Amino acid sequence: MPGSTAHAGQTGTIELRGVCKAYGPGRFARDVVRDCSLRIAAHRFTVLIGPSGAGKSTLVRLIAGFEKPDRGVVLVDGRPVTGPGSDRLVVFQESALFPWMTAEQNILYGPAVRGEKRDRSRALGAALLERVGLTNFRRLYPNQLSGGMQRRVELARALINDPSIMILDEPFRGLDAMTRRLMLEYYAELSSHSSRTNLFITTDLDEAIFLADTLVLMSHVPTRVRSVIEVDLPRPRHLTALFRDEKANAIKMQAFALLHDEAMRAFAGGSRAATDFVAAYRRRIATA
Amino acid sequence: MNAPASASPVGALAIVEAVKLYDQGEAKILAVDRCSLDIPAGEICMIVGPSGCGKTSLLNAIAGFHGLDGGSIHLDGHMLCGPGRPQANIGPDRIVVFQNGALFPWKTNIENVAFGPIVQKRLTRKAAREKARLLMAEAGLAGHEDEYPGEISSGLRRRVEIVRALMNDPAVLLLDEPYRALDALTKSVMHEALLETYYRTGTTIFFITHDLEEAIFLGHRVVVMTARPCRPKCIFDIDIPHPRDYGVLTSARFRRLAAEISAQLEEEALKSFARGEKEGGVQ
Amino acid sequence: MTAEIAATATDPRTFRQSLSRRPPSLLANPSTRRACIAVLAALMFWQLGATSDAWLGLRPPIIGHIPSPVAVLEAWRLLLGDPGYWESWYLSFTRVLMGFAAATAIGVPFGLLLAVSRSFRGVAFPVFELLRPIPPLAWVPASIIFWPTQELSIDFVIFLGAFYTIVLNVLGGAREIDPRLLQVARSMGASRWNIFRRLILPGVLPSICVGMEVAIGITWEVVVAAEMISGGGSGGAASSGGGLGFFIWNSYIGGSYPDIIVGMISIGIAGYLSSAFVRRAGARLTPWLAIR
Repeated sequence: MPGSTAHAGQTGTIELRGVCKAYGPGRFARDVVRDCSLRIAAHRFTVLIGPSGAGKSTLVRLIAGFEKPDRGVVLVDGRPVTGPGSDRLVVFQESALFPWMTAEQNILYGPAVRGEKRDRSRALGAALLERVGLTNFRRLYPNQLSGGMQRRVELARALINDPSIMILDEPFRGLDAMTRRLMLEYYAELSSHSSRTNLFITTDLDEAIFLADTLVLMSHVPTRVRSVIEVDLPRPRHLTALFRDEKANAIKMQAFALLHDEAMRAFAGGSRAATDFVAAYRRRIATA
Repeated sequence: MNAPASASPVGALAIVEAVKLYDQGEAKILAVDRCSLDIPAGEICMIVGPSGCGKTSLLNAIAGFHGLDGGSIHLDGHMLCGPGRPQANIGPDRIVVFQNGALFPWKTNIENVAFGPIVQKRLTRKAAREKARLLMAEAGLAGHEDEYPGEISSGLRRRVEIVRALMNDPAVLLLDEPYRALDALTKSVMHEALLETYYRTGTTIFFITHDLEEAIFLGHRVVVMTARPCRPKCIFDIDIPHPRDYGVLTSARFRRLAAEISAQLEEEALKSFARGEKEGGVQ
Repeated sequence: MTAEIAATATDPRTFRQSLSRRPPSLLANPSTRRACIAVLAALMFWQLGATSDAWLGLRPPIIGHIPSPVAVLEAWRLLLGDPGYWESWYLSFTRVLMGFAAATAIGVPFGLLLAVSRSFRGVAFPVFELLRPIPPLAWVPASIIFWPTQELSIDFVIFLGAFYTIVLNVLGGAREIDPRLLQVARSMGASRWNIFRRLILPGVLPSICVGMEVAIGITWEVVVAAEMISGGGSGGAASSGGGLGFFIWNSYIGGSYPDIIVGMISIGIAGYLSSAFVRRAGARLTPWLAIR
């Protein structure tokens, strides 16, 4: 896909070393990320999965450069992250489209802000609109578009800047099941044509296995990496076929055991009674 | 069939030729069309179907939030609603837990749980609190009685709501997509927690959901409803033995069931999608 | 994609059914019917109560002393031919317009500056907050003293009424802008000025419109009171000059009681028209909100 030359020479590796981040005032500060170290290879599709909680979104903000870690370092292409940049763009969980701009204006925002040539960016914008299938909807405002369409506009808005790293934080979460499936297959197809690094956050294991080259299993808060699984299933992948695939299911079982454990800890939230309760269920199964 | 450890003698629900019409402006819409379903006492019955098909109407009729326009519903042999009495009385024997449940944020957890019986004057304040304490302990919420809902995790909050429902010793627990807003991982834990509670109480559960995995994992039977107007299209017996481990999700049996149920659901979902319902899908 | 378009269509059966019916008359709607009946009943009550002296022989408290609707309509008919009455409208309207325009022209930039500049906020906001509790009407005597003309003194008070509201709304609106939008903009390399022009301004616009709508209502209240208190500026004969507020006061002094009620209703209409105008203008400025 044609793009600006602003990111020539960048490969899109991300590295976190001993990153810590806490939120909250003074004494009540809680560690949301603690001693997290992670390496994300360039050009690959890495999926972070773990129970919901602030941890993964915090990592997104640290990598994107909206915040700085309390300790540890975040490196992109070997250089520490000092702030946001158009080489790392984020698509959030909820629509962050500018409500007062049409779809087309939203998409053209990045190039316009950087003062790029109008004709060129218009052409790029038109091509992207075509790519995401929204040419006929380009003059509409975000609130006139369905959830799925809004997500596609956001993807186009990010992609026009040709970032070397795309970060997607549970982007399909609020969508209904059918739209979600369509968007997943859609994004997988879109990504297959480029060599950019994708960092995708989700809580859905099926989604994760469908998309990932590398699966990183995260603990619940305070977040750190629990395990890394390479998903070397052939592409292109199909959701329904994966469901029956033996290898995919083996990976799913492996990941699930660990994630379920983390999910139980998140659920219990430190409560002794809750932990005992879920343990009781485990015992029930074991003795049945 | 896999009967629960402590089978409850009450809670057999019988829906006989139920019909429900809705007013939409000038037109009348048929939501439920001669729906018949028998749910034995102590069963976990999962109801799946495309969005807008009328399953919530069915739940509302059982609970007594609105009436039927035809047919009848019976609980343990006596009629809740039917000819002569179109709307059932709302009662503690059938409690609903909604999707966007609400705990009063200004009350502590135990105050929330004890609220119902106190306000309905069925128990004294002291007795209600005692019972609430007991049930909370039974449900793995001991130690959180005097905390506020905002202080515990969202998963635990949903548990408090289930306990609040159970305070009424219902014969039937009516759940309308209670875990819809939760992510897949939290859901899996909530399911195990629900089953653990179920094994301890044996209440009949009428559970509406869109999540196929949830339906198969929890249910004794899964009823696939047709697109609006709804009636049971086909009923699947989930022959996976209880108690169920979440690992069962990747088993061949599970996958086979999921494929079959999914095919039936897709058919109905497409019908209703074509008609213009916003959401017709299922995972 | 067609499926998504279909997803927003209505059920064809009900749509066709609704087309085949004639549009229901206004009175077919039971709540409109009830409203009409209620209003008519109130008018009847008023008429009977006000003329009770004639048909009942005694005067009930309060309602017995008010001019009847018929008397009011008669007085109004006469006033419609009186140029002084229309001059009152003109005077009040121009005051509202001037005060409101000034409040918007000064209040919006002031509010925006408070929102974006921490140092400015530190200096200006405390003073603003100290002055705000003083009701605009309390300023009337002071205003008369330090403004050269009476007209300006009324305008100033009106300005204050609208000013505080607009500033607070602008400030609130700026705070409500989704911070993720700012993050997206920063990621894409937007400068501070660009963020201000393309994000903060349009983002605050809905709040400005809300502020203006509230402010216009306040403005009318203040106009009326200011005119009553200050004697109307141009002063003069019973029905000439001074604006609608002065007109009401003067009618009271002069003993033409039906005119008082005419004045009240006139102000109600004027206020309603102004609000409607501001609301329409606001809707035009924010086309993205009007949809759905």
